[in-house]
Amino acid sequence: MEQSSVRCKEIVEICVLAGKIMLENGGETYRVEDTMMRIATAYGAEGPQSFVMPTGIMFAIEGTESATRLVRISRRSTNLSKVTEVNDISRRIAGGHLQPAEARALLKGVECGEPVYPLRIQLLLAALASGCFLILYEGTWSDMPAAMLCGGTGFWLLGWMTRLSSIRLFGELIAALAVGLLSYLAVRLGVGQQHSTIMIASVMPLVPGLLITNAVRDLMAGHLVSGISKGAEAFLTAFAIGAGIGIALTFNA
Amino acid sequence: MIAEYLSQSIASFVGTACFGVIFQIPKRSLVHCGLAGMVGWIVYYGLIKADADPIAATWASAVLIGLIAHYLAIRFKVPVTVFSVSGIIPLVPGGMAYDAMLNVVQNDYPTAMQLGAKAFMLSGAIAVGLVFSEVINQVSKKARKRAF
Repeated sequence: MEQSSVRCKEIVEICVLAGKIMLENGGETYRVEDTMMRIATAYGAEGPQSFVMPTGIMFAIEGTESATRLVRISRRSTNLSKVTEVNDISRRIAGGHLQPAEARALLKGVECGEPVYPLRIQLLLAALASGCFLILYEGTWSDMPAAMLCGGTGFWLLGWMTRLSSIRLFGELIAALAVGLLSYLAVRLGVGQQHSTIMIASVMPLVPGLLITNAVRDLMAGHLVSGISKGAEAFLTAFAIGAGIGIALTFNA
Repeated sequence: MIAEYLSQSIASFVGTACFGVIFQIPKRSLVHCGLAGMVGWIVYYGLIKADADPIAATWASAVLIGLIAHYLAIRFKVPVTVFSVSGIIPLVPGGMAYDAMLNVVQNDYPTAMQLGAKAFMLSGAIAVGLVFSEVINQVSKKARKRAF
């Protein structure tokens, strides 16, 4: 009896850890629930129950032995590699290839893992992405350096601002504003020609793509609360970017 | 014409792969992610050049990206979002939203509302496209199960 209670607690702990990593790193809510249920079932838990929201996880095992855990998610970022790794681990657990102790060690390793791409590379590639989007939006090749400069600066500023203050919306607004002003400056200095295309291409790294996809996928899976709240977050982000660009435009007018 | 399509393909491939890095997707998925984005964008670009309605073009491209993402996800056992997230980014109606904002600043609210509604519909087309690909995927999964 004692042993099964210990085991029950261990299973809940593994499930919640897996769910926490996924949710913190940009996994969809339905995927988090699905993964936790799969792990619990694979370890033979009776009646697993989960309730996941963007800001917290509740997980319980009911049966002869029961255990419940609640975890608050306060810090969220985007690291789809970690989501993929947890996905792989849960697949191996479901296949019966991992003992609880091994699974826990692996998950702890994923939780503490370093980002695949360091910040420097991310910045550089965000700048390159802005340059590529300039071409997609029919800008001229000669504007590319200006777009790369503006896009890189905007992305860097967003990261810096979110470290400085917990209000993400403000960071997005400031970043968009800086992008707008910089693109005017670039045109004034003769580095670029069309400030509108430069601006549009340079704000692209700020676009909440993950939120949009996750909102749609969660809504489809029937997770109405998560879907709507993520949709609202995406909308607010878009609004903040729009406001930042709007302020920049008034400076010119 | 060919040069145009070539530069568009290269730019969309590199652009979406760069977005994959921003979202920190696994290294082995970067090339596939770029390919998904490239195919989606070229279809969109071709449709727009053929005078298709932007909403329909966005929808069709989003469906295609979703289907490719589902195929790659099953093939490489990776979450679907890894491929679909960066693929849809070029479709986001940034230019339209910019024009709407410009009209707001110039106090031309009727035009701004018009453009804003259009941008909103375009984002809706992306969402509906993703839903369609998901439904197609689910139906085909069921059909495959029944076949066995």
